[in-house]
Amino acid sequence: MADFLMPSLGADMEFGTLLEWRVEPGDAVNRGDIVAVVDTSKAEIEVEIFENGVIDELRVPEGTRVPVGTVLATLRTGADDGPAPPGAPAMTVATTPDAPTGTVATAPSPKPAAMPPPPPPPPPVTLPQFASEEHRLRVSPVARRAAEQLGVDLTAVAGSGPDGAITKGDVERAAAAIARTIAPAAAAAGPAPTAAQAPPPTPPPAAPEERAGAMRLAIGALMARSKREIPHYYLQTQIDMSSALAWLEEENLRRSVSDRLLPAALLLSAVAGAVAATPAMNGFWVDGAFHPADGVHLGVAISLRGGGLIAPALHDADHKSLDELMAGLRDLVMRARTGRLRGSEMSDPTITVTNLGERGVDLVHGVIYPPQVALVGFGGIGERPWAADGMIGARPVVIATLAADHRASDGLAGSRFLTLIDHRLRKPEEL
Amino acid sequence: MNEQELHDVVIEALTDVAPDIDPARIDPGADLGEQLAIDSMDFLNIVVAVHERTGIEIPERDYPKLSTLDDAVAYLLAAQQRGADA
Repeated sequence: MADFLMPSLGADMEFGTLLEWRVEPGDAVNRGDIVAVVDTSKAEIEVEIFENGVIDELRVPEGTRVPVGTVLATLRTGADDGPAPPGAPAMTVATTPDAPTGTVATAPSPKPAAMPPPPPPPPPVTLPQFASEEHRLRVSPVARRAAEQLGVDLTAVAGSGPDGAITKGDVERAAAAIARTIAPAAAAAGPAPTAAQAPPPTPPPAAPEERAGAMRLAIGALMARSKREIPHYYLQTQIDMSSALAWLEEENLRRSVSDRLLPAALLLSAVAGAVAATPAMNGFWVDGAFHPADGVHLGVAISLRGGGLIAPALHDADHKSLDELMAGLRDLVMRARTGRLRGSEMSDPTITVTNLGERGVDLVHGVIYPPQVALVGFGGIGERPWAADGMIGARPVVIATLAADHRASDGLAGSRFLTLIDHRLRKPEEL
Repeated sequence: MNEQELHDVVIEALTDVAPDIDPARIDPGADLGEQLAIDSMDFLNIVVAVHERTGIEIPERDYPKLSTLDDAVAYLLAAQQRGADA
């Protein structure tokens, strides 16, 4: 038997809310399967399981906020028990003495009596503009995806967003309303339907302002800890980007729109190679000692619309081609801004890269994300005077900075590291 | 596609990358990146979406010609015309 715990999805996380179970007792799971969705204060994260086995019992009902490390579910692993008996899910409910049968059709484990009943969703309000067929339905991509998953007819949903746009919350409320009408019948009929068919009415998604406020607090706490505990040292260097950008322009001419590369992909590739060659920048400071990381997992700082930022990992970035890095970056940015990130992406970046982008200012002195030991920053790429061969000309230049933990490395190592990034960017064809 | 349809395609691509945008509040003559906080990744995704819905190829060097909503629609109209003439 193994326990599936509320994971720590970043050093700033102390509690998580179990939003949604993707499995039921009796389900066979494999390492890497997404089994639950957890709401940290920063985002909704899809959480993977890291063992093979069969889900035995879901210990925490959806909508419950618990500390990191709490047992969420138990797992029968091949070593200690046989396979799940065919009737397992139904049995669990039937033999639990105080299971409140017929109340929550989707929760395989009984809810503790102390759990308050879910707040009723606001009554649907039909906005006048949706009466008109001509009015184009405005739906956010997240809401559209939720509607697909939940089987909700979008034309029957009233939008509460700007200009009547349908939000994910609207879809979930509509699905919950449908679920309430069918749940009693389903419960009477026997085993619970899957979560996808009848989502529970809890919990209501956090309002954007609430999430923004919680995220500010989480970022504030972590950054304060970083500045309190980590003796940062800072280095910077100017990098001539003319070869890299010329190569990129040529390359993109040959590519169709959807395969085009952004300068960010080159920057990430250059950093990944330099990190692989500089173990002192790649790892964690834990319990008074530096622990080098096994792989190069670049945490990519992504700003979120409406404020805040999140730095999920691009895994094994040093083994990825430019195309793979670009695809990975696009996917991460899209999921960070409109969808969901995965637990492993949140918990295991080994060094962070922050890139201010083309509209950015000259340079950024970053704050290290504990327990990591280094952060690479790129300012905006802009034309600047550049002296070479006794001449001054204008070249596209980016200023790369390094914030590093002086407990784990010294300025000389940091200087070599930044120089390595510079050298790699001068030979873009080798990236 | 007529001007209105191209306009709708651009708005849809914009709201896909930035669901919080209220299309009614977009200033059609102002820089999209600045007023809507669209970064280069968002912009690339917009160009990809517009390409998928219209078939119009937008070379990278033309990106500055799509910096406002009005400019983008005008560019797409002209590009579509060129395609029809060719």
